[in-house]
Amino acid sequence: MQLILTEDQTLLSRTANDFVMGAPPIARLRKLRDTRDERGYALDRWAKMAELGWTAIPFTEQDGGLGMGLAEVVLVTEAMGKGLAPEPYIPSIMLAGRAIALGGSAAHKASWLRAAITGEKILALAHTRRQGRFDLARVPVRATPAGGGFRLTGQATQVWGGYLADAYVVAARTAGQDGDREGITLFLVPAQAQGLASERQHRVDSQNVAQLTFNDVDVREADVLGGTGQGHALLGRVVDEATVALAGEMLGGMTEALDRTLTYLRERRQFGVPIGSFQALKHRAARLYIELELSRSAVMAAARALDAQSADAAQLVSLAKARLSEAYCMVANEAVQMHGGIGMTDEHDIGFFMKRARACEMTFGDAAYHRDRFAALGGY
Amino acid sequence: MTDVESFRAELVKFLEHELPTQLGELPPPTGDYWGGRKPELPHPQSRRYCELMAARGLTAPTWPKEYGGGGLDKEQAKIFLAELRRLGLPLPLVGFGLSMIGPTLLQFGTEDQKREHLPKIVRGEIRWAQGYSEPNAGSDLASLAASARIAGDEIVINGQKIWTSYADKADWMFGIFRTDAGGKKQEGITFLLLDMAQPGVEVRPIKLISGASPFCETFFTDARAHTKDIIFGIGKGWTVAKALLGHERTMIGDVFGAGAGARNTVATGNPLAELAREYLGDRDGRIAEPVLRDRVAQVSMDERCFALTTQRSADSLKAGHKPGPESSIFKIYGTELNQRRHELMLSLRGPACLGWEGPGFDERELVQTRDWLRSRGNSIEGGTSEVQLNIIAKHVLGLPD
Repeated sequence: MQLILTEDQTLLSRTANDFVMGAPPIARLRKLRDTRDERGYALDRWAKMAELGWTAIPFTEQDGGLGMGLAEVVLVTEAMGKGLAPEPYIPSIMLAGRAIALGGSAAHKASWLRAAITGEKILALAHTRRQGRFDLARVPVRATPAGGGFRLTGQATQVWGGYLADAYVVAARTAGQDGDREGITLFLVPAQAQGLASERQHRVDSQNVAQLTFNDVDVREADVLGGTGQGHALLGRVVDEATVALAGEMLGGMTEALDRTLTYLRERRQFGVPIGSFQALKHRAARLYIELELSRSAVMAAARALDAQSADAAQLVSLAKARLSEAYCMVANEAVQMHGGIGMTDEHDIGFFMKRARACEMTFGDAAYHRDRFAALGGY
Repeated sequence: MTDVESFRAELVKFLEHELPTQLGELPPPTGDYWGGRKPELPHPQSRRYCELMAARGLTAPTWPKEYGGGGLDKEQAKIFLAELRRLGLPLPLVGFGLSMIGPTLLQFGTEDQKREHLPKIVRGEIRWAQGYSEPNAGSDLASLAASARIAGDEIVINGQKIWTSYADKADWMFGIFRTDAGGKKQEGITFLLLDMAQPGVEVRPIKLISGASPFCETFFTDARAHTKDIIFGIGKGWTVAKALLGHERTMIGDVFGAGAGARNTVATGNPLAELAREYLGDRDGRIAEPVLRDRVAQVSMDERCFALTTQRSADSLKAGHKPGPESSIFKIYGTELNQRRHELMLSLRGPACLGWEGPGFDERELVQTRDWLRSRGNSIEGGTSEVQLNIIAKHVLGLPD
């Protein structure tokens, strides 16, 4: 495993940064929030991201993709994290798209995956519920056999990218008890399915999340992804990949938050000098920089380990998410503190990073969850 | 056979056949050999082992051949280290000659100086000490006062150095001395080398909180050095001193980085977790105390992440990039991480961590006590953590003075 970027990867990273940071990115997010935009992201930006090829990165050429991996994905999400770009890359591509790529039939791929890659259709994964915390075995929906297929009931919350999505991959329990790994099945459910209702939820980070209510939604046997009752492993793999993609986003966010703070420390003057000349602030800024460098190594290693399917890949995923969860929140908190009063105002952009940092921390498991998982995988 | 393969074959022939034939019994992988005029032998064959390796330049594998080095490129040097590990052989020689003054001479020394001093380092004939800190010049090193007066071909030295590691065992010293007390404090400093075996040099070991005495005070009373042993010119020592500090920090960072990496691979398991099991027990396959289990995971993850970062830096260098800003974090993070590791081990052992000597404590517990106390110095020596933070803030983050 080489922890460096190839020339192609350096180029991709540069293109991604130029695209995301080209238009004032936080002003764009602010406008989406203030106008209460129903999607919370811009379809035309999403179409451009698809045009740039980003949505095709993690899929095989046979599936209409570019045959690249997480090492490339994290460069895209890192750029998106710098600009807090709210487009549904992780939900539509890394979660639902990858679930279809790994567990879907040729028909699923033809009707949904290709359209997700071109950006015409938006997909999302419904696997979280109010009391589930981060346990993937505690799924939000119950599926009972009905008419040769299944009937879904239950409620999924904070489904990322889920409002106005075109179809959902739904994690449902077809057998066993809540918390069992066996007996979970993933279904592909179109948004127009009878009995499925979607409501926009409003979160601190202004991103598109939805509450989905399944009121006797009938699905066909043919819409099972992977095997019936075998969904836990597929869900686990897809969430691990998306976790690394999210860690990439978090790396970008903390890089930008620290960068903006350093600029402020150089420019803001008090007592007749730039506040960045005060050792109390210098040392804290240097500590944040150390966290940033360690975080970058963790993200690069986790991405490459998943691409290579190394034996310790799952541990490295947890290593990355645990570190990034704590480091991004720490950088964001310190960024607001070092900006002083102006950092507390809605008018200033730095607060957006603190809000997004918390949302990222609470997605796919926080640091405590991933330390526990790292230890369990290590056999202690 | 490719060049790499024939290099390896040749090397293996020497290590696996010639060495045992010449030496009989080979030294074990632990126990460092420092060389010098009065060498301490961790194993009866340590000196012979060093000499046989030195004859092939393998004590300083990457140094140029004309100064006694092995002339190996980075890949060959990597193969050499890998073969030593595979065969369970120790490094033939360690010390500040190889890690600090040698690289500095290669960078700043004249041809004569290199030919005079480097081969003796390679052969382990001279053991070196570092004369930098003084009682009133610690973090503010440039305010040093020990004086060097030029008198013809000779230099007369007076004053005191402190924290000179293993000065009581060293033969020569490299150090910085004040040749000009006027003007800017960085400008009157000269970097020079001197033989410590002379009446004007007196060394006293300092006992540390761990009970050990690895550091000394060194006193100079009209001690003599030669002008031919001034490195890079009179008054230009600060430049040399800073470069050498870079080598020193890289060395310290490497030690902690490599150690952390080796400790935490899938293959070797996790020694912290094993220690936790031993002292705290196990419940359903997990360390019985959940809070301490969380700390074991935290330190293990941080060690893994640090090792990944040193690897990233090395990969980048190998790919031909300049050392990146990430290398500035190694000294501070590596040493503080080592301290956290020791403190966690104290917590895992509980009251058994308090043993100093005598009955009721096992050997590992007693060693742990001393190691923990010693580790507190890691964030002070070689530039305190606070000085490192200043360096990052100024040179990496561009924050104003």
